Amino acid sequence: MTEIWADFFLLQDPNLRWVLAGTVMLGLSAGALGCFAVLRERALVGDAVAHSVLPGVCLAFIITGDKDPLALLIGSVVFGWISLLVMDFVIRNSKISTDTSIGMVLSVFFGLGVVMLTWIQNSGNANQSGLDAFLFGNAASMLPEDVLLFGFVSVMVLVTIILLFKELKLVSFDPGFATVIGYPMKRMEVLMATLLVVTITAGLQAVGVVLMASMLIIPAAAARYWTDSLVVMLVIAAGVGAISAISGTFVSYTAPSMPTGPWMVVSAAALFTLSFFFAPARGEFQKWRRRRRQQEKVSGENILKTLYKLEERDGLSARSRTRREILKKRRMEPASLKKGLRRLVSQGLVQHLKGQPSGYLLTEGGREEAKRIVRIHRLWELYLTEKLQLPGDHVHDPAESMEHVITPELEQQLMRILNNPEEDPHNKRIPKASPRSGGAAL
Amino acid sequence: MTHASKTGASAPPVEVHDLTVSYQNKPVLWDVDFTLPEGTLTAIVGPNGAGKSTLIKVIMGLIEPVSGHALIYGKPLQQMRKRIAYVPQRESVDWNFPVSVLDVVLMGRYAHLKMFRRPGRRDRELALQALEKVGMAAYSDRQIAQLSGGQQQRVFLARALAQDADIYFMDEPFAGVDASTEEHILQLLRELRSAGRTVIVVHHDLQTVSDYFDWVLMLNLRLVAIGPMETTFTKENLQKAYGGRLNILTQVIELSRRENFVRETEHD
Repeated sequence: MTEIWADFFLLQDPNLRWVLAGTVMLGLSAGALGCFAVLRERALVGDAVAHSVLPGVCLAFIITGDKDPLALLIGSVVFGWISLLVMDFVIRNSKISTDTSIGMVLSVFFGLGVVMLTWIQNSGNANQSGLDAFLFGNAASMLPEDVLLFGFVSVMVLVTIILLFKELKLVSFDPGFATVIGYPMKRMEVLMATLLVVTITAGLQAVGVVLMASMLIIPAAAARYWTDSLVVMLVIAAGVGAISAISGTFVSYTAPSMPTGPWMVVSAAALFTLSFFFAPARGEFQKWRRRRRQQEKVSGENILKTLYKLEERDGLSARSRTRREILKKRRMEPASLKKGLRRLVSQGLVQHLKGQPSGYLLTEGGREEAKRIVRIHRLWELYLTEKLQLPGDHVHDPAESMEHVITPELEQQLMRILNNPEEDPHNKRIPKASPRSGGAAL
Repeated sequence: MTHASKTGASAPPVEVHDLTVSYQNKPVLWDVDFTLPEGTLTAIVGPNGAGKSTLIKVIMGLIEPVSGHALIYGKPLQQMRKRIAYVPQRESVDWNFPVSVLDVVLMGRYAHLKMFRRPGRRDRELALQALEKVGMAAYSDRQIAQLSGGQQQRVFLARALAQDADIYFMDEPFAGVDASTEEHILQLLRELRSAGRTVIVVHHDLQTVSDYFDWVLMLNLRLVAIGPMETTFTKENLQKAYGGRLNILTQVIELSRRENFVRETEHD
């Protein structure tokens, strides 16, 4: 087993070098081009075109009686284009909805292709062996001349994307505006359709018609999770495509009976899953962490506030409070109170007294923070009653959530609008920040 | 600014001849014929489905007419593309598209860039200046999905400014924007007018028409009236354009008369 790994990664086998170069080029170009297909919401069209090239490939074989890569390429491009025109025609001239039209073209063309493939396989032509690899791809069966041609096609696609990046970006984002400033829209449409058909064709042997569309779609979908920049998205998608190509090729090299396409798709899907969960900012894991941090912040602030209100009630700022006292003043999960107190202690906002009497006590910093929260709460209540004429018994709940949201700038504004008030609508004192503590109150 | 003098001739910026447009055999514009003078701020008003957006789209070549044609400075549109700028409706694009605010504004410069050419430093400067004018300079690196509706509208305006054109077409720029954006747009319209540019705006708010614009084009499938605000924006014409909705209209006009005073002092 290790030998095969070494063989693969040291690129000892010259044939492997060819195959790998071909599939990596394909992964790069399909990944990059796929971004435009996905952003223009043409993913399904790509899938239909991919399936529709099969009859073209079969027809090329029937005519030439051989697997000549150039003939296959031409047959595939022609049928890719025919399928696009048929889709367009059906959508334009019938009441059939777009997705139905695309689905129909996909299945009819693919069905036709499979019928032709079966016919060829039963015709007794010795050259036909391996033709079924066009269904799911078999990278290992690629010959240098195949790689040269299809690799060249991939390079051309990449070069076109790089050269026309500005135009492709504008046409994808705002075709109406592109028309108004005089872009040749017909030609741009033809160009983009051709790029799509040609890229799909380049993946015929390596990935196969059934799964080629996923090499356009999945890398782009994964890349979108990592960035808000189109350039970066293209680069990442190309990278995902290339990595998938390498792993698909590896599998079909080590186990030649394995089709390459499904393995490439599985690898791309793994990278997508990784992005879905772990991408910074957009990933589910980060979202979950942000939510949890917010919850911790809110519960911590509620505890501080409760401790402060207990002090306010009996005026004893040096007295420690037990968890039971806190729970009596404010209802919360005992477990989350315990955790919250531990966090506040480690942040230095609360002191935990272990002797007699045991309990929790606000530190100087904790008291300032608690005052800030209570202040915002009461300011907001006052704002709602004074400026929005809400009745006094309707303002507590909104203030309860706003106290965790309002920024120091807004707090200052509220202070100004309300003329530095002393008391809230329920005649409770609005605590001022202590002069020597700068911090949040400023 | 003497932009318009580029042509030398005195051909009007927009000339529309016998324009008829239909969607699937239903007419949406019928025999529309008019000429707009240079340097006017024109509102296109009319009820829903009157063909307001369609009209500017035909002039800009986005929709093919069944018959008739439009001329820009006396010439076919194809030769005059660089002289018109377009602010589409905000909803016409996907705001989740992975581009930044500056990217979008730079697209306005694409009109002057050859194929394969990337925008240069001068284009960046102009784009930033345009953002400055709409009060969005601080947002240039933001992803466009993070903007509010009003900010998105301002980005589209900045893109049109970056086009540096002579005629500006705007499709409902005031629709659903906040007060501050409305203020910015208005300010901009007035700057464009004083710079001698011609501005055509599809507008839906009858209350503000007479305050914001100096010309009005009233449309309801057919051209109802076109001309300077004082002589054209009349009760009779409104009745013709809006038909059965006269009752509401009289109220609206009353309202707009009262509003008038407040708004004038605001923008003084």
